[in-house]
Amino acid sequence: MSALLALEGVDARYGPIHALHGVSLSVAEGEIAAVLGANGAGKTTTLRAISGTVRRSGTINFAGRPLRGGPDAVARRGIAHVPEGRGTFAELTVWENLRLGAYTRRAEKDDFARMQQYFPWLESRRSQQAGTLSGGEQQMLALARAFMQRPRLLLLDEPSLGLAPLLVTEIFRIIRELNEREGLTVLVVEQNAHIALQLAQTAYVLEVGRVALNGPSAELQEHESIRRSYLGY
Amino acid sequence: MLGLTRKTKVSTGASLPVLVGLGAGCLFLLIGSLSSDIFAQQTVAGLAQGAIFASLALALVLIYRATEVINFAQGEMAMATTYIGYQLTLWHVTYWLAFFLTLVIAFVLGVVIYGVLIRPVQHRSVIALVIVTVGLFILIDGLVTWKWGADLKFMQAPFGNQVYHAGGVSFSRQDLGVLLVSIMSVILLWVLFQFTKLGLAMRAAALRPAAASLVGVRVDWMLAVGWGLAAVLGAVAGLMTEPTQFLQPTMMQAILLYAFAAAVLGGLESPAGSVVGGLALGVFLNLVGQYVGFATSELRLPIAFAVLLVVLLLKPTGLFGRKQVRRV
Repeated sequence: MSALLALEGVDARYGPIHALHGVSLSVAEGEIAAVLGANGAGKTTTLRAISGTVRRSGTINFAGRPLRGGPDAVARRGIAHVPEGRGTFAELTVWENLRLGAYTRRAEKDDFARMQQYFPWLESRRSQQAGTLSGGEQQMLALARAFMQRPRLLLLDEPSLGLAPLLVTEIFRIIRELNEREGLTVLVVEQNAHIALQLAQTAYVLEVGRVALNGPSAELQEHESIRRSYLGY
Repeated sequence: MLGLTRKTKVSTGASLPVLVGLGAGCLFLLIGSLSSDIFAQQTVAGLAQGAIFASLALALVLIYRATEVINFAQGEMAMATTYIGYQLTLWHVTYWLAFFLTLVIAFVLGVVIYGVLIRPVQHRSVIALVIVTVGLFILIDGLVTWKWGADLKFMQAPFGNQVYHAGGVSFSRQDLGVLLVSIMSVILLWVLFQFTKLGLAMRAAALRPAAASLVGVRVDWMLAVGWGLAAVLGAVAGLMTEPTQFLQPTMMQAILLYAFAAAVLGGLESPAGSVVGGLALGVFLNLVGQYVGFATSELRLPIAFAVLLVVLLLKPTGLFGRKQVRRV
């Protein structure tokens, strides 16, 4: 398997705050990779560095070519980023949110039909304002919108945040389905290490802006000392 | 999903009492117009005047939503583009060709103003933006006076001077034309925003620039297009003002104040509100001028702002405004 996404020595800063110190990681085509770690370890910043919403240096390669420019240029390369807080447009309708997802696409109708296989309930809500959806439904809408972009790589920032366990299971089921049936490559950031390790094939553990540990999820799960000290369960 | 049934909210942004009030106002105008010829005439003239307020108010709202600044130069931009239209007719371009050419030039000017003057200071502070738009006001005023002089200029009357008679009521062709052109441009803009992909992307870029860029929208371009469209609306307002006010560098200054009142009346963030606000203000001022003895033309502006004050006391968010919950 070749790496679809490869970060090498990536640094990122918010003004004077140095958030990432030489992070290197790679995600193979068709796999699910997880980025784990405590609050403030740099998980979200890693995703933001990839999508260009934070100033970054170092090399990021996507599909064999360097990834440059702002978030809109990155989106057009085929990377969908569901940010913290989901990034749905609360003021717009469900349908308008989905159309925005397909903004860079031409064949909107096909994309919509394809998306519906995974999120059939959205059809009956198409003219509802997105802000009136429940938290779980908004997270689903964010996923559906990202899928409408027909990306090669999906970046997910804490999809489980603030959701009931039942909904978290449902959302992770859909992510796995998208990965298996559509061959979608996923890089997911999670606070909930337990569920993320079950989903992902590879995992990276960040500590204060550095990769402290990485390897196949199964291995990380097996070592009890690793689990205790890094993953906290 | 999960069997949740939730009521779908229809969001016009206007609350029921406001809609009832507007409905009652329309009914009042209708009954008045049917029972009195002068009332009908003044209502139509008021709508024509109000449609100009509405166009300029909508331009203010577009820019306020996209850039969160009141563009104090909006009226002067409208005035300058009207002079450009005038210059075109001097070069023997026919009126309506000059009209559409002016709109195209206005669009380009709006885009350039955004790119050169607004974008560099956009993320600094609101005060910086305000100062830039005030500076632009002075700059345009100076340039126009230097190029064309401060004396009155006249363009060809676009709608002629005919008067139609229906029953005992006479409508000037000019009022009807002004009303039609202004309302058409507002409707076209609404269609653009509501039904096209470009319009959707522009709304998304104004609402949540960060989220919009993540789906591939070039936010800067969308804001530039927004400034361009606002300038086009301004040009329509300017060209439609010319038949009654004639061309002079100060022609849009009072109108900008009325437009500002109309925009605030409508809720400042609501395009529909600004149009309703503009039309209502135009009709109200005309009727007050006709029927209230002491309300001479010098008192028009104070009366407009008195209305604004009363509405804002009763409903601080404006007629169509919603309480804003902003995440920090």
